[in-house]
Amino acid sequence: MKKYLLKRFVMSIITLWAIVTITFFLMHAIPGNPFAKEGKMPPVVYENLQKKYGLDKPLYQQYLIYLGNLVRGDFGESMKSRVETVNDMIERGFPVSARLGAQALVFALIFGPALGAMAALYQNKMPDYISMIVAIIGISVPSFVMGTFLIQFVAKNVSFLPIGGWGEFKHTILPSFALGLMPLATMARLMRSSMLEVLNQDYIKTAKSKGLTKFAVIMKHAVRNAILPVVSVLGITISNLLVGSFVIEKIFGIPGLGMFFVKSIGNRDYTLIMGTTVFYALILVLMLLLVDITYMLVDPRIRLTEEGH
Amino acid sequence: MENILDVKNLQVSFKTFFGEVEAVRDISFTVGKKETVAIVGESGCGKSVTASSIMQLLPMPPAFYKGGQILFKGEDIVKKTEREMQHIRGSKISMVFQDPMTSLNPTMKIGRQIVEGLMKHQHLSKKEANKKAIEMLKLVSVPQPEKRVNQYPHEFSGGMRQRVMIALAMVSNPELLIADEPTTALDVTVQAQILDLMKELQDKLNMSIILITHDLGVVADMSDKVIVMYAGQIVEQGTVNDIFKNPMHPYTIKLLASVPRLNMKRDESLNYIEGTPPDLYIPPKGCAFFDRCDHAMKVCKDYMPDPEYHSKEHYSRCWLNHPLAKDVRREGSVR
Repeated sequence: MKKYLLKRFVMSIITLWAIVTITFFLMHAIPGNPFAKEGKMPPVVYENLQKKYGLDKPLYQQYLIYLGNLVRGDFGESMKSRVETVNDMIERGFPVSARLGAQALVFALIFGPALGAMAALYQNKMPDYISMIVAIIGISVPSFVMGTFLIQFVAKNVSFLPIGGWGEFKHTILPSFALGLMPLATMARLMRSSMLEVLNQDYIKTAKSKGLTKFAVIMKHAVRNAILPVVSVLGITISNLLVGSFVIEKIFGIPGLGMFFVKSIGNRDYTLIMGTTVFYALILVLMLLLVDITYMLVDPRIRLTEEGH
Repeated sequence: MENILDVKNLQVSFKTFFGEVEAVRDISFTVGKKETVAIVGESGCGKSVTASSIMQLLPMPPAFYKGGQILFKGEDIVKKTEREMQHIRGSKISMVFQDPMTSLNPTMKIGRQIVEGLMKHQHLSKKEANKKAIEMLKLVSVPQPEKRVNQYPHEFSGGMRQRVMIALAMVSNPELLIADEPTTALDVTVQAQILDLMKELQDKLNMSIILITHDLGVVADMSDKVIVMYAGQIVEQGTVNDIFKNPMHPYTIKLLASVPRLNMKRDESLNYIEGTPPDLYIPPKGCAFFDRCDHAMKVCKDYMPDPEYHSKEHYSRCWLNHPLAKDVRREGSVR
């Protein structure tokens, strides 16, 4: 186990390094620069700006300097914001996005697999149809439609649900719902199909033949085996939810991390592009590691091969 | 001999999109205490459906009991509710399935799987249950039971898994064990070990066995009574000696003839029964074996013969054995 974790840690570092490198050079390959939008400026000013952010140096030097800073945990100064560094922005935005994301995740995790399992247990009956209608709506309705819909028809009619803003728990209810619906639907569909497969397995018949109740058969034998595909998509789902959604945060006026992802690219704010990308990659790599560990806990067969017995 | 199981005119059907499939069509048999009854026949003849229906393990719907009774110690299983069945399954009647590779839950420890049913039926504590699991593994001769009890199915070989399955079925001292092709998925040497084990445990625990198989070698080795099924019906029933030494139904005769023999010549091809069993969407009116039988007569096509008793326990359902057909010559028969 320790050896495996160490191996995974080293692999994660290499992955991160690759992401940093590729993003860095791709970003500099896009035409334009952080100051192009600010209208005509005297060449002296432009040159001074370039010098201030180190953009006058050869690219490889910029890259090495950036790597050096990164290792020290310094994402650098934003090239657009005069008041905040990239670290400040992430520190300010991430807790907001993460809280929203965590709530959406809990919502999706509670209802998604349960809905899918129920659909499988009552295949081709009413509960199945209802859950699959929910799932199809969740997958096919884009979040900006869902968000505006919620504001228009729910927030306007239910007085304690605000249409936007941030601060109290009530502000998080609608956006969490809108954000969580998509992963909920995905999990429900995955759970349904894997549950149907598991229910046809011989060991379910064995469990029944022991005289267990239907509930025990499902909870102890079916769910644990059926949940594996859901666990495997969890890594990407969690990291996507935690770092925030541009659309949802924009619609509900939430000061999260999501908007930095989009704005930084339009602005060619090099340090912020790098900062958000590296931060997202970091969370993703962490979550994937977490998922693999969970996988090992759920499925003993994986434990054995991974440990290399 | 006291009968533990008395199946009377059992009919089991499946409702499908195209109509009703009559999988088991009016069968009757008894299983005595400590008796081993073998049910043989080719694939799709209703053996497994019969076995599963004794434990109400068929998915209902689409399956349903169309008629008849399954009397287990005098109580009719057909009429039992799911809740009542949960007290019978795994405690009074147990089942060993065909494929040990897929019949155990891959994410649960072996020991837990063995005693899980018992924990429910007898309310054991965890410690007692663990002790019992080790004891059961010892009983089925799994080496190092203390260590094995905490392992998962993928750490066991096929033969060892089937031993675990047997331990799992035996753990509550059932009065009836249904073994649905317990050795089909195993190689021959392991097969013999598993069969010996079952016999040994039968003596120790005084239980009855229903053995479902299409391996006639296993039948000869294990059973007291043999039921030959074809297309959902019993075509011949008798003691092992009756069936092997004095088979009366052409189907039984052909089944026996298709067992490969060690003294066969190299260029001799294996015997087999031509054709396939009839489709039970539209069960034939007469004898179901009609179109594959070498001795088929006009009467066979439209009328199913009644059981013809050759001795007290041996009967067959074939017009050839009817008193009026005594003169019909049977060419190519084993006799």
